[in-house]
Parts: sequence; C-alpha cells; structure tokens
Amino acid sequence: MSDPVTILGIESSCDDTAAAVLRAGGEPALLSSVVSSQTDLHAAFGGVVPEIAARAHAEKLDLMVEQAVAEAGIGLRDLDVIAVTAGPGLIGGVLSGVMCAKGLAMGLGLPLLGVNHLAGHALTPRLTDGVAFPYLMLLVSGGHCQFLRVDGAEDFTRLGGTIDDAPGEAFDKVARLLGLAQPGGPSVERAAKDGDPARFALPRPLLDRPGCDMSFSGLKTAVLRLRDRLVADQGGLHAGDVADICAGFQAAMRDVLAEKSRRALAGQSDLTGFAVAGGVAANQTLRAALQEVATPLPFIAPPMALCTDNAAMIAWAGWEAYRAGHRDGMDLMARPRWPLDTASAPLLGSGRKGAKA
Amino acid sequence: MSDPSPLFDLGTMRLPDADATSALALRLAPLLGPGDCLCLMGDLGAGKTHFARAVIQARLTEPEDVPSPTFTLVQTYQAGGLEIWHSDLYRLSDAQEMDELGLTEAFETALCLIEWPDRFADEMPEAALWLHFTMAGEGRVVTLRSARPDPWQARLAGVVPG
Repeated sequence: MSDPVTILGIESSCDDTAAAVLRAGGEPALLSSVVSSQTDLHAAFGGVVPEIAARAHAEKLDLMVEQAVAEAGIGLRDLDVIAVTAGPGLIGGVLSGVMCAKGLAMGLGLPLLGVNHLAGHALTPRLTDGVAFPYLMLLVSGGHCQFLRVDGAEDFTRLGGTIDDAPGEAFDKVARLLGLAQPGGPSVERAAKDGDPARFALPRPLLDRPGCDMSFSGLKTAVLRLRDRLVADQGGLHAGDVADICAGFQAAMRDVLAEKSRRALAGQSDLTGFAVAGGVAANQTLRAALQEVATPLPFIAPPMALCTDNAAMIAWAGWEAYRAGHRDGMDLMARPRWPLDTASAPLLGSGRKGAKA
Repeated sequence: MSDPSPLFDLGTMRLPDADATSALALRLAPLLGPGDCLCLMGDLGAGKTHFARAVIQARLTEPEDVPSPTFTLVQTYQAGGLEIWHSDLYRLSDAQEMDELGLTEAFETALCLIEWPDRFADEMPEAALWLHFTMAGEGRVVTLRSARPDPWQARLAGVVPG
C-alpha cells in the first residue's frame, strides 16, 4: 500500500448526480466531492423533486466530473481508477453513470469498477473513521432501513430491518399529514422540540416481537387517525397539537430504533463499532438514543454530506474492491436491483411472514 | 388537463383490516398480465403500497424486497416472464416525465401498479383498473372502476362481490 491511488467516483442512481476524487492507499484523503443538488426546488413539492431523466443525468455527469477533478487540483491523467455506481437505482440514471465511467476508463486506459450503491453507504464508516471489520451498520437509504453486519467489503449479512416504510419516509409522510415542510426529518424534529411526547400514545410496532425487524407504516397511519380525530373534535389543529404529535411520533420512532438496535447488537459478538448512516443520525433525539445503546462500543455517525447520496463513498467502495483485486470490463451492466445480502430472506413487503421469520 | 374518460363502477368492498387488503390482492394477482394497469388512489395511509406489495409478492417466483417507490419513483420486478412496474407519481411534476421514466412503454409490455395517478389521470391507459381506497373506521373501503368495464367485469367475477 505504499503508492497512493487516485480514484474518481461517479454516482447517479437516484435524485442527484455526483462525482468525487479520493486519494487512497495510505491515510485516505477526499480531494473533492461535488453533488448537483436541487435543494431549492424541493420545498415547492410534497417531496424531493426527482432527477428523472437519464438525459438530465447525462448532461450533468461530465460537468460534475470536470468540477470534481478541478476542485481536486489534478487533471484527468492523474486518475488511477474509475469507480461508478452500477446499481441499485433508477435504471436511466445508473446507465448514464456507467456509460460515462466506461468512456473515461476506455479513453484514459484505466481500470473500471462497478460499485453497489448500498455497499457505498455501508462502507462509509471505513472512509470517515477507519472502522475495522466486523461492525454493525444501521443503514438508512432510499426506502431501505436495515441492520447489516459488515464482515468485509463484499460480506454483508442482514440481521433485520423495516418490513414496510423506512424512517425517512415515515418522517416525510408525517410532515405531509401535518402540513409541515419537506423533507420531513428536520421539520418534524423542529416541531417536536416544543411538544409533549407523552400526550398522545402512539404504537411501537413490532416491539413485542423478537428479532430486529421494524415496521413504520402503522405508525404513520396512527398519526393520520390522531390528526383526523383532533380535527373532528376541535375543528382544526393547534400548533401545540402538531408539536405534541411530532414529539410523540419521534419518541415512538426512537423507542423502536433503540430497542431493535440493542437486540441487533446483543446478537453479535466481536463487533468493533455501531455505525449509523442516514438521516436518522441527523435527528438529535434518535441519535442520542442510538448512541446510548451502542455503549460500550464506539458509535460512528459519518457526516451528513457523506450519508446522503454522494460519490465519495463510491470512490471508497471502488478502492476497497480495487485493492481486493477486482476489475470490471466494458461489459459492466447497470443493475436496477442489487441486494447486498442475497442469502437472508427478503423483508420489505413480506408482511407478517417476514416479521415472524 | 382534460377530464379522463368516465369511469364505470365495478364494485365496492369493505376491507376490515390489512389482511383483507392482502387477500383481495392475492385473488386479483393471478388474473393480471402484461399490459394491465392498476391505478391505486387514496390518501396517505389508505393502503395503496400495502396492496401493491401483496400483488407483487403474490407473483414473484423468487421472493425479494418490495420497497416503497416513494423515493425511487419506480421499482421493477421480474416475475417469471412477467415484468411488474410499481410506481409512485407523487413527486412527478409533468406528464412528460412519465415517458422519461419509461412508464409509457411499460404500459404496453408490463403489469403496472401506479400510486398517486390522480394528477395524470388522462395519461393512464384507458383500460386501467382504478382502485380507490378510503378509510372507514378501523378498516378501508375500496371501489373498483374502469373506463372500459366490460373486460374487467368478466375477470373480476368471483374476486369482487357485485
């Protein structure tokens, strides 16, 4: 590992187009990480405005690559490896990224590596905190929320996760129900600050069942019924009601995540740490509870910029694959579906069966 | 936006709990094929995703995760020879984006389950089956309708009362 290796990472599997340059091989140095975000457009909608078109990604990709290379203070010829998200995600976006990466790899005569987007998230604690295998990861990304035991760069075991909505989705939808701004994570947390978490009893789904599977769809429905009951009883919602509902919802979310994390941790030995990636770690209430259950293990929460979709994690995962000797060819395929752990039973939408299994 | 074709009633059912929603999906799933489109209407929490998941799981030969398409807009599945598209149009801003997503083409070749189709009603296939879920006490009520009711009437016999 004496010679540093410079990796270009490319990510275009969902809403954002991103590129990053990482220098690895010794102490990793993130030379640049750029994301074409549409944050200012988000507020106008009940959700995040998606970057749908493959064309739109394709138009932005070379600009992002250009910017990442320029910000890194290097030239294209200083790159050693091209890493790109090859799935899972929206096929048009993934395809654009893969084509762009293939063009660069071929033009520059560099090795190409296709990276699993979820592996990128799951390996981020190694980039940011140098965590050693094996560690437990609570990975929250794009509708997924799962507990993964990470034993190697390609060795993931799913211990459990949500069987329906992911926490971020539940926050977004609760915000929608209460007329709060999107994305729901920050606005629900803000409203909850002044609220009384004990005023409304909201369910803690699946807490009574063994294992570390979770369900948040019913919690969303409970909030909906509560809102409708209050509106019917008093003709509307007061600010205090919204605050109390948010606080109660957040407390339910906290209790479920903390207890299921405790169980996931208790079932494993020899872990080096508990890492949490995603918006969940940005919420102070949830973060404090997760941090507490991690004790005495180190609690790792990479910075938000490296938890949302980004290309630095793709460059890192590409590096891990590269040093393990992997190389992809020009036949690298874009894969809309690509589970990290194909051995464990599916969870999402498997309903009660999955929860019991 | 012009009004979509008028929809004809194909029946209404009470769904007392989530299992009843799953059971309806299980009865309907085997009758569906490429070119069929189910438009799933209803408020947040009405059970659209729950229903779609049950249809998809019923058809999958290799069970796999069925995440909500809220963030990803489209999730596709290969169920033997049948391609299934599960889509959430809530975040779409423009009908043209349906084409960009590949939905227009999928309407011809795949089984499509579309959540939040309301704003794009006249872009939906004319023969689509519309399922409207509404809250009713602890349960739900679903109303089935289509602009082309005749083919559905025969297929739905035994699935939906009346």
